[in-house]
Amino acid sequence: MNTHDQDRIQRLLREALPPMKPAEPSRDLWPTLLARLNARPAAALRTVPLLDWALALGLVALAAIAPATIPVLLYYL
Amino acid sequence: MRDGESSVLDRFRQGDVDAFETLFRLHQRAVFGWVLRVVRRPDAAEDVTVEAFWRIHRAHARFDPRRSFEAWARTIATHAALDWLRSHRLERDSPSESVDDTPAPVISDPAVTAEIRNRTALAFGRLPPRLRVAALLAVVEELPLKEVAEALGISVTAVKLRVFRALRLLRRDLQQQGITP
Repeated sequence: MNTHDQDRIQRLLREALPPMKPAEPSRDLWPTLLARLNARPAAALRTVPLLDWALALGLVALAAIAPATIPVLLYYL
Repeated sequence: MRDGESSVLDRFRQGDVDAFETLFRLHQRAVFGWVLRVVRRPDAAEDVTVEAFWRIHRAHARFDPRRSFEAWARTIATHAALDWLRSHRLERDSPSESVDDTPAPVISDPAVTAEIRNRTALAFGRLPPRLRVAALLAVVEELPLKEVAEALGISVTAVKLRVFRALRLLRRDLQQQGITP
């Protein structure tokens, strides 16, 4: 991809996704944050879905069995 | 003022919740604005801002008072936003999600139809999140590469590389759909 192509795709991307307008939160976020701070820290681990753990284990196993896949995995992470 | 700020940062580092609230009140708008540029949805930006400050609180002991709190918070917020993009990757494939809630006004190129813009947005949503974030901040928001690099915790060269990869993958995806940018 040459510089000209890069410029054109950049322009197209800006057309498709214009920059965001400055905005502010619609509500005070502190009460939500405070409630979360007061929640038990162990809850954080429980919120990680089992599927995510299984996926992580699968990726580690794949990397151990076939180390050649590591660069491909890193590319798509 | 600097002494007062320094005192707040010291107390935050020691885990003082009042100091944390002071910092939250001072920086929440900036963090929200930054996160919004990445997730591009105000409702999601609010959730990610809360998540980012929660992570900031958890990491209070690791904060280096010699560093800027704002820059440190921005880095953590960027990673929280990146995690949000990863977990909402599939949802963004639906066309209704590709339309942003609060885009800035832009002068459209008449040659670029709404159909092409929509397909481009969808194709962009299919890119790996870490490439998408780099392209959003550097290309769409046109932020200085150094600022983007600091927020992502990578070098300026790595940002350029991610942007290049993002544009190349986007171009390839569009070409497969018969769109030649």
